[in-house]
Amino acid sequence: MIVPEVLFAIWVSLKTSGLAALLASLLAVPAALFLAARDFRGKRLVLLINQTWMAAPTVVIGLLFYALLSRTGPFGRFGILYTQTAMTVGQVFLILPLIVGFSYTALRQVDRRARTTALTLGASRRQAGWVVLREAKFPLLVAVLAGFARAVSEVGIAMMLGGNIRGQTRNITTTIALETAKGEFTTGVVLGAVLLALTLGINFAVIVGFRSRD
Amino acid sequence: MLATTTSVDATGLLDALADEFKKETGITLRWIAVGTGAALKLARDGNADAVIAHARNLEDEFLREGFGVNRRIIARNYFMIVGPPGDPAGVSGSSTAAEALRRIKSDAARFVSRGDRSGTHAREIDLWALAGGPPAKNYLETGQGMAETLRVAAERQGYTLTDTATFFGLRNLIGLVPLFENGPELENIYAVIAVNPARVSSARYGEAMAFIAFLTSPRGQELIGKFTGKSGRPLFEPMAAVPGVDLDK
Repeated sequence: MIVPEVLFAIWVSLKTSGLAALLASLLAVPAALFLAARDFRGKRLVLLINQTWMAAPTVVIGLLFYALLSRTGPFGRFGILYTQTAMTVGQVFLILPLIVGFSYTALRQVDRRARTTALTLGASRRQAGWVVLREAKFPLLVAVLAGFARAVSEVGIAMMLGGNIRGQTRNITTTIALETAKGEFTTGVVLGAVLLALTLGINFAVIVGFRSRD
Repeated sequence: MLATTTSVDATGLLDALADEFKKETGITLRWIAVGTGAALKLARDGNADAVIAHARNLEDEFLREGFGVNRRIIARNYFMIVGPPGDPAGVSGSSTAAEALRRIKSDAARFVSRGDRSGTHAREIDLWALAGGPPAKNYLETGQGMAETLRVAAERQGYTLTDTATFFGLRNLIGLVPLFENGPELENIYAVIAVNPARVSSARYGEAMAFIAFLTSPRGQELIGKFTGKSGRPLFEPMAAVPGVDLDK
């Protein structure tokens, strides 16, 4: 295992999982806002499905998207199986329910009067939504970071949809799996430590940066 | 515990052998399917009692270092070069495997390598050496087993070196066809080796030898020879009874 390869694997992990966390948040936070603000028939069912989906194993999501993205599958003509794009797509669907769930809880914690007050003061529904989001920004950030952590630490989707191709889709976790398969346990342990250190650094930077802006 | 090369597992051969072995001896066969390099490493670390491998150089090193004893050849098949049906690099007209690889290289066609120190990977490296070294461009390494590597090659429409058993034994593999086969340099010999209990104290030598005896017995060889997996054609040629085979191969 040589240094440029390790650096590239780190880059692949950060890029695919960071992008997955970003895209999943763009879908999940508005969905959570909607769920928190409205009461409708079947809402409990939606929440239950979301909760169940959180338990979907990475290999099941990997298998599902393998079937969808494979050359013979419905989206085969895009030819994205075994690319970084496929890894990101799979990870988005892995962490989506997690971010929805955490965000929903965070938004429900916001005093309901915040929204009511905003609406009474003449705010539009959209503006009232922003008020609620701002009130919950810190727990929302934690939700996004949890999504990122789940994506960056998983190996099933990265292996099945990325293919562990050296210099293309090999990330930290698939490198660890490969090094273990080769019997290079030390390298695997070192890379595991690198992954944890990176996650620590990112969490620290984001949270400290966020706090200092307040 | 048996550490084995991936092809005998991915085809389902071991499942068939394990049932019969259990019936004859009462011993339950458990195995880990990894590349030959990793299989030998598992055995060195005391995590396997016997190994099925298919890379003579790696096996010899294992035997010379005293980790393995009683290497017996059990079967063979052939490696072949498979690729996209259109064969953009014109591999199918080659006269040798080395020439086929040279054509892939000079055409800058995509080649998917195991890249995992397995027996197939070792053979691929030998063949690339004959072809003047591996290509610098469009050379993908999956670091995974043969079945996964074939799937990557099919999806990315690249060439790859595979054993015949995994290729024909794999279901739903669409987009790859055999393009070069049957060269003498493509013979693929499978051997079983017992882990030496004098070197690795945890090795269960009795069970390992019972398994070797079973594999090389007329009944074991018959099972190997008749095994077709899901392909409908024999995937392994039994070799244990060929005179002098353990001396030559």
